[in-house]
Amino acid sequence: MKIIISNASPDPIYEQVTRQIKGQIISGDLKEGDPLPSIRKLAQDLQISVITTKRAYEELQKEGFIDAVEGKGSYVAMQNKELLREKKMKLVEEKMSEAVEEARLLGITLPELREMLTLLFKEKD
Amino acid sequence: MTNAIEIKRLRKEYKGFTLEDATFDVPEGYIMGLIGPNGAGKTTIIKLIMNLIRRDGGEVRLFGLDNLRHEPEVKARIGFVYDVPRFHEDVPLGVIASAIAPFYVKWDASLFRRLLEEFELGPKTMFKKLSHGQKMKFSLALALAHDADLILMDEPTAGLDPVFRFELLERLRSIIQNERKTVLFSSHITTDLERVADHITFIHEGRIVFSEAKDDILETWGVVKAGPDVLQPADVPESRGVKRTDYGIEILTSDVAAARDALGGRAVYDKATLEDIMFYMSRGNGHA
Repeated sequence: MKIIISNASPDPIYEQVTRQIKGQIISGDLKEGDPLPSIRKLAQDLQISVITTKRAYEELQKEGFIDAVEGKGSYVAMQNKELLREKKMKLVEEKMSEAVEEARLLGITLPELREMLTLLFKEKD
Repeated sequence: MTNAIEIKRLRKEYKGFTLEDATFDVPEGYIMGLIGPNGAGKTTIIKLIMNLIRRDGGEVRLFGLDNLRHEPEVKARIGFVYDVPRFHEDVPLGVIASAIAPFYVKWDASLFRRLLEEFELGPKTMFKKLSHGQKMKFSLALALAHDADLILMDEPTAGLDPVFRFELLERLRSIIQNERKTVLFSSHITTDLERVADHITFIHEGRIVFSEAKDDILETWGVVKAGPDVLQPADVPESRGVKRTDYGIEILTSDVAAARDALGGRAVYDKATLEDIMFYMSRGNGHA
């Protein structure tokens, strides 16, 4: 598991933690049943407050990404295939809207952007 | 949630300073930072918890027990680290420890030896030969070796170099890996607390201003900035302090989201650090 906390980021730290763990579950780097470090261990390792990691885990649990087993710890939850696909689609959408924003700033037009995307897509084929 | 410390309407009057009915709790299993400018009352509170000075009113409960009626019992469970640890100057560390050990039921001699090694302190070294940082380490080793449930520290990082401060904070975090252990430490070095504390209690001129989860404070408080003559402190919801210059005005608020809703594009909004909070609050809303 990889988590990087930025103190310069405008996002609250718990959100940085949830987003990164979520990302790794969606990408498959973290698999169903994989154990997560305990709330206190993660807080110590990331040098953040226990309350922060607790809140991050609670969010992940609420959204169904992880399960907490009393007295044992937290595990990556079984992911519903369709739901997972939906979440992945949302991730793609988010990245594309980021790209659109950057393109707008640079004055790149939609046809130009489309062309870039077509080229990139073909490159990976 | 269980509380390791419960303080209710705690009062102490000195000539020229009064601790006014301080009320706050320290939840078990977390690190609480007590912040405030010098002279705000941090040390007074810690001394009252330890019953080193007589209180003039209120109540202190430690592990659910009254700290006066159950003094020996609760003190055996506290590791108290002074700002300036004092022991006999010409006595080796190992001898100091053997003199203290019988007072604690849960003294762990082998743990103590391990801690000394880890802190690079020799049991044969005389106390007077230690630097300030080493004295802190020694004092902390004593606290940890009797398996204290509550570590109480008054300005432990003051006068320490950054490397050792960092080590100490790391150590505090490792203490609460055990969720039955609690840490309360006072500091006016707010960056230390921003790094390590779960909860923050802010005391100013003898009054508790707030006692909350650190994340909540850092998320809700903010500094509103605008050009001169654009804003008055009264325009900003929950304004708590102000600074004016020739170029603009800066107003601390305890609800930056409400300020943003109310003022929109008329101002810019920054996160507030604990240092900002301490600084602006001590200036107040006046024309300083």
